[in-house]
Amino acid sequence: MSDLTVCIGGQAGDGIASIGETVARSFSRLGLHVFGMNAYQSVIRGGHVYYQARTSADRPYSQGDGVDILYALDRQTVDVHAAGIRPGGYVVFDAEKFAVTPGELPAGVTALAVPTLEIARKYTTQSILQNGAGVGAVAFLAGVPLDLLHAVLTDSFGNKKGEVVDWNLGASAAGYHFAEAHAQPHASAVHRAGPPKLLMTGNQAIALGAAAGGLKFLAQYPMTPASSIMHWLAEHSHSLGIVVKQAEDELASINMAIGASYGGVRSMTATSGGGFSLMVEALGMAGMTETPVVVVDSQRAGPSTGLPTKTEQGDLNLMLGAGQGEFPRAILAATHPSDAYPLMIRAFELAEKWQTPILVASDLHLSENHATVDREEVPLDFEPAPLVTVHPNGHDYKRYQYTESGVSPRAVPGQAGLQFIAGSDEHDEKGHLVSDVKSGIPHWVAERARMMDKRMRKLEGLRHEAPPPVLEGPEDAPLTFVTWGSTVGAVRDAMRVLAGLGKPTNLLRFPTVFPLDPAAVRTALGRAHRTLLVEANYTGQFGRLVRAETGVELPERLLKYDGEPFSPHEIVARALEVMDHGGK
Amino acid sequence: MAESSAPPAPTPTGPALPLIGKSDVKPTWCPGCGDFGVVAAVEMAVKRLQIPSQNVVIVSGIGCSSNLPHFLNSYGFHAIHGRAVPVAEGIRWANHALTVIGTGGDGDGFGIGVGHFIHAMRRNVDLTYVTMDNQIYGLTTGQASPTSRMGQKTKSTPTGVIEEPIDPISLALASGATYVARGFSGDVKQLADLIAGGIQHRGFAFVDVFSPCVTYNKINTFDFFRQRVYKLESAGHDPTDLVQAFARSIEWGDKIPVGLFYRTEKPTYEDLEEVLSAGPLLSQKSGLKGREALLDEFV
Repeated sequence: MSDLTVCIGGQAGDGIASIGETVARSFSRLGLHVFGMNAYQSVIRGGHVYYQARTSADRPYSQGDGVDILYALDRQTVDVHAAGIRPGGYVVFDAEKFAVTPGELPAGVTALAVPTLEIARKYTTQSILQNGAGVGAVAFLAGVPLDLLHAVLTDSFGNKKGEVVDWNLGASAAGYHFAEAHAQPHASAVHRAGPPKLLMTGNQAIALGAAAGGLKFLAQYPMTPASSIMHWLAEHSHSLGIVVKQAEDELASINMAIGASYGGVRSMTATSGGGFSLMVEALGMAGMTETPVVVVDSQRAGPSTGLPTKTEQGDLNLMLGAGQGEFPRAILAATHPSDAYPLMIRAFELAEKWQTPILVASDLHLSENHATVDREEVPLDFEPAPLVTVHPNGHDYKRYQYTESGVSPRAVPGQAGLQFIAGSDEHDEKGHLVSDVKSGIPHWVAERARMMDKRMRKLEGLRHEAPPPVLEGPEDAPLTFVTWGSTVGAVRDAMRVLAGLGKPTNLLRFPTVFPLDPAAVRTALGRAHRTLLVEANYTGQFGRLVRAETGVELPERLLKYDGEPFSPHEIVARALEVMDHGGK
Repeated sequence: MAESSAPPAPTPTGPALPLIGKSDVKPTWCPGCGDFGVVAAVEMAVKRLQIPSQNVVIVSGIGCSSNLPHFLNSYGFHAIHGRAVPVAEGIRWANHALTVIGTGGDGDGFGIGVGHFIHAMRRNVDLTYVTMDNQIYGLTTGQASPTSRMGQKTKSTPTGVIEEPIDPISLALASGATYVARGFSGDVKQLADLIAGGIQHRGFAFVDVFSPCVTYNKINTFDFFRQRVYKLESAGHDPTDLVQAFARSIEWGDKIPVGLFYRTEKPTYEDLEEVLSAGPLLSQKSGLKGREALLDEFV
């Protein structure tokens, strides 16, 4: 098998995401790597939604460029997706609902009418059961064994009544056998490849990584596409001993998290750009009071409410500049659930070590889509270090003591003799504010500058600790992609396509987006023959940051701001243009 | 699994541990400011309850009154404008063995921070929230506040305020606060009693304090209140009766009530948050070591 992509489409409320997840999970249980893209709209019923489950011999990092099996629950799905079906593919539909004529499909694509409603009616008047029959037919075409499909379905129903499970098992078997009687499995049908892999969304990996990193307190306000971080943690709150608080707004969320962190536990909040905008002032307070906090911004297409269910990497400028004045921060960016997990552990370690806010950039494409990880990629053995860095020593505890690293000894309430005030005003080493009767007095003018120097030394520490850009692909390739975050996925897939065309390329990705080490970045970019910046925003925000930090211009760019994730073919086309014609 | 080496706070007794006192920072309030009475009352109340200063956290927002934490030698968090309450909630949830006292002004609590105020009350978080209500913005030199009365002339309302004031007591009663009181900084002894009662109360205790601004509010002065305040306890008020409490809360004019409006017992947020039943969060284990079964749901 090479590459097999199943797409299921219909209206919101049709159960598309759950059919899609069933297919994706069937693949992952067969030991195959999967990328599952759940495309939806900001409606609860109606509209057009689809789920695209892609599996391939090499781990897929994006939704890919074509479809092999389209299961259309409505006519619009055929209209939207038929042109993307590759030769040898199928359209599964129910002729009782609408017609599909062979002439409207690409050459070599077969329309397979499956009587899904008729099968469903044998069990119930609830038409949703047609999905069971449909997924059975899809499973046969895709090569998923019926018993494995049944195990996935049974597990997915969890606590539901036995009757519903039985109906689905019956309907899916009928759909499976119908397809068996009327069609051949797809030429790229799957086979078992190894032990089951773990299928998770980016947000689940973020939540799991946070828990592994020692998270004890999450405060969050619902906002797509960050909400499912809270959902997963809320579901596991009791068993993991993590307090999950849905706050009244994002202002409260981050302030609660900062309070809890000051109180002595590792804390986090998560949101999207709109909510992050509300957190900006408190982010500065975390910087000023030197209170660790981890903030996840799962970006969606802006500005303002923008496209709530569509993706973008448009908040980088915001994350870089959030907060009045200057304070140390780092921005980490995950590319895939497999690195989102360790990245969260790192975020908590950095926040504790440097006592300052650490931002984690995700986006809808990473947060809400499924991908497979191997168990070895999510080791659970990390042990969060104890928090307290100072013990009662009598008389002269200085919470904001000047140190070489800028990191001062931290105490928590309850410790005897170490009382201090964490203040959002400028303060001296003991935490006493210098903003009123002392401000402007020469000695305190100098102290203010010293305190700024102390805090900002932590930024240099964070810079020193930032991993260098990661090179993937052959070292000496004629083209180097420069990219970050979830866009790395489509670039990786594009590189494979280009390699197949005899056009080797490599990529540079940035697990730490900020602060960058200019020398390391200059060295890495200096090895590139030619670069192509790829990111999902209008102005090339990361390219601008690289130029600002290193002086290196990245003239060739591929920017996308239509709300959709990059497809490999778009990147391939632009890369060929740059390589063959020297760009535009 | 890692455990924090920070000891959970002991129960609030133990004469061996130092009690709260003044810090070495001198208050910067204007001479005669009402807030002097409030800081004195907070100190008296906490001292009387014998809570060691290491187990007390005083949280504030921004404004003249929000400088209060600096003047006592407990732990403190001087946060940003309007956010004292969520910071205080976070501290409570991290370590509910601590005594957490929120402080601030009327602009901080009933203007920019009013949303947090309401939600904290409906949650019945076990906090004591003391507002120094001077019906004016002092630190920004005299603009109207959410509790400025209709018609009051200020820098931002030169022809007089044209919107109704918030009544913090009615708002607290309507929002589910389980201890609702009003004090006057001209009567430190009564105020200390009300604050001590609030700290002892399990649940959200709200103490609004008439704390006159001697510089920018020439209407709601010490004399204004001295002539008008009467004590609820001397007027036969039953603080277990919510309807009576509402009726008293809207009294304003020649007679203005101070004292305990309402008290009731309800489970606190911390009681109902199951995770906290295992003890203060900071003393609990963290990380996922040994939790391999957690990954099975992803298969």
